[in-house]
Amino acid sequence: MRQIAPADFNDAVQPLIEAHRDVPGGLMPLLHAVQDKIGYVPDEVVPQIAQALNLSRAEVHGVITFYHHFRREPAGRTVVQVCRAEACQSCGADELMAHAEKSLGCESHHTRADGAVTLEPVYCLGLCASSPAMKVGDRLHARVTPEKFDRILTAAQGAAA
Amino acid sequence: MSAARPPEGARTAVHSTEVPQLKVYVPRDSAAVAAGANEVAAALQLECARRGLELTLVRNSSRGLFWLEPLVEVETPAGRVAYGPVDESDVPALLDAGLLAGGEHPLRQGLTEEIPYLAKQERLTFRRMGVTDPLSLADYEAHGGWSGLRNALRMDGAAIVDLVTQSGLRGRGGAAFPAGIKWATVLKAQAAQKYVCCNADEGDSGTFSDRMTLEGDPFMLVEGMTIAGIAVGATEGYVYIRSEYPDAVAVMREAIELATAAGFLGDDVLGSGKAFRLHVRMAAGAYVCGEETAMLESLEGKRGIVRAKPPLPAIEGLFGQPTVINNVITLASIPVILERGAQFYKDYGMGRSTGTLPFQLAGNVKHGGLIEKAFGLTLRELLYDFGGGSRSGRPIKTVQVGGPLGTYVPESQWDIPLDYEAYAAVGAVVGHGGIVVHDDTADLAKLSRYAMEFCAIESCGKCTPCRIGSTRGVEVIDKITAAASGSNEKQQQVILLRSLCDTMLAGSLCAMGGMTPFPVLSALNHYPEDFGLSVPATQAA
Repeated sequence: MRQIAPADFNDAVQPLIEAHRDVPGGLMPLLHAVQDKIGYVPDEVVPQIAQALNLSRAEVHGVITFYHHFRREPAGRTVVQVCRAEACQSCGADELMAHAEKSLGCESHHTRADGAVTLEPVYCLGLCASSPAMKVGDRLHARVTPEKFDRILTAAQGAAA
Repeated sequence: MSAARPPEGARTAVHSTEVPQLKVYVPRDSAAVAAGANEVAAALQLECARRGLELTLVRNSSRGLFWLEPLVEVETPAGRVAYGPVDESDVPALLDAGLLAGGEHPLRQGLTEEIPYLAKQERLTFRRMGVTDPLSLADYEAHGGWSGLRNALRMDGAAIVDLVTQSGLRGRGGAAFPAGIKWATVLKAQAAQKYVCCNADEGDSGTFSDRMTLEGDPFMLVEGMTIAGIAVGATEGYVYIRSEYPDAVAVMREAIELATAAGFLGDDVLGSGKAFRLHVRMAAGAYVCGEETAMLESLEGKRGIVRAKPPLPAIEGLFGQPTVINNVITLASIPVILERGAQFYKDYGMGRSTGTLPFQLAGNVKHGGLIEKAFGLTLRELLYDFGGGSRSGRPIKTVQVGGPLGTYVPESQWDIPLDYEAYAAVGAVVGHGGIVVHDDTADLAKLSRYAMEFCAIESCGKCTPCRIGSTRGVEVIDKITAAASGSNEKQQQVILLRSLCDTMLAGSLCAMGGMTPFPVLSALNHYPEDFGLSVPATQAA
């Protein structure tokens, strides 16, 4: 994703606000659009969104923080989501997550200090018959073993670097 | 498959003039793609081009036989022949073996329709799954699509609702509430604006039938929702899809555009003078939004906080207006009922569980996948006749039926017919038919702790039993597992856990807190040894 400088956030968000201002219940689609554009929903744009939609800043903040999908900080260049739900647990998801933390040198829920990778748990990718599953960037992977994990990550990080 | 199909959807052709066109199918379903279907499709095109072979590649939906994905199918005079699981590196050898003519190869599975796993099913809702190109309107129509809607447009709203009631269709999202009764309430409500909302926030582990439908047969959902709208007098519909399913969102959006352009949606549905417009809304990763009132809040652009009922959403739903809320599979079951009639549908199933359910066999099982069958088969049949036992080869210890809020079903209950009432009689739930298999390495104390932990992470926070109870639940389970076997402390903590579960069951606003005790208590009752308890508890969950 092309980086947008903080000084340009408000200009980047304004057309998105215009596109969603008259959509019924438009805050959620607007926040998706902001995150798709900037990579996260920066605190700087909250007052702008609140004012445009005639909401309080607290209401907008409340929505952003309620949903796991919305980020308030930039993610790493590669986002790794390892499914931790039951169907994946039954086929080694816990071990896979432990391997991921070790192999990436990054704890779950964190972005590595060098900004290369963010590791997150996810609760179900809908690949429950081909578990354990994970998502790297926007690509899904099924039946992931530790060896396969390393292969996929080497390729993905090579592409992201 | 009609020869007159227009060149639409995700298909490409490498043409030459001499040989008749050969049709090869490689699924675009995200479970197939996760297993490498895109790479297989690319390898097939490349290798065929290199050999000067003519090929029409169709990106179909998945048959739901996930251990065979990527499942490549080739059209032959005898029918479609399946090969799987195909790796991109297998492609040259497959072509050498005469893949395009259905030739012999170790990966050849025979005629697709004759694969026992498929042949034994009763696919009504999933009849097109894996067969068609999901975004081909012509495919959809050639396989029975839109006949239900055309029939509905000849009926008045009350007659449609009556037919749905007669079919006995119950909500497939888990609660099993009769769909017709819900629709009748919305039909009778007086309002200038009514809505139809499809709950596609399929967050439960072990479920993927909604995802398959959204990605693999989106027009079926469009048709079902349009019929619902026509029936109750709603002109606007929303499909609320999880953000974890970006492919489903994309396919659904494209399907709505295509259906609108072709006149199946819009201000004048098929020239009937009736309007129905459909919108896709992407969720944002809150499990509780699978609860219908939390979903409504989210659709209104708010935090997904559960609403107290009454008022029922059928009376005061989205934006305060009468709203039909059904799960994907409920709405997807509507077209076949309108096409073939209530009796046809009702002839499947048993007792008050009529019709079919797309069971989703998942977790530690050899042959995981989608199995649509009439209600009444048993877990044992699913686990062994379809599933082939555990994937690890170890004995199956327990099976969680109905998602993260369903019970852990022990072997002593595997012969109970899968029927809403028969399961309820033993304190279990059929739910949406999601089935997660665990082998004998599973630790039920750990899974119980996980259930409480998950509830703590995902609780909307509105009611205390769910918000606080789940956190206390984690702590109490930790104390139970830490306490010495046979100690007073252990017994006391077990009593405390049961009491806590009782409070959550009786005092929570919605199923999130109200059903989290199901997996916990079933684990405690059926697998006390995993908690270090020697005395088997006999109290039913």
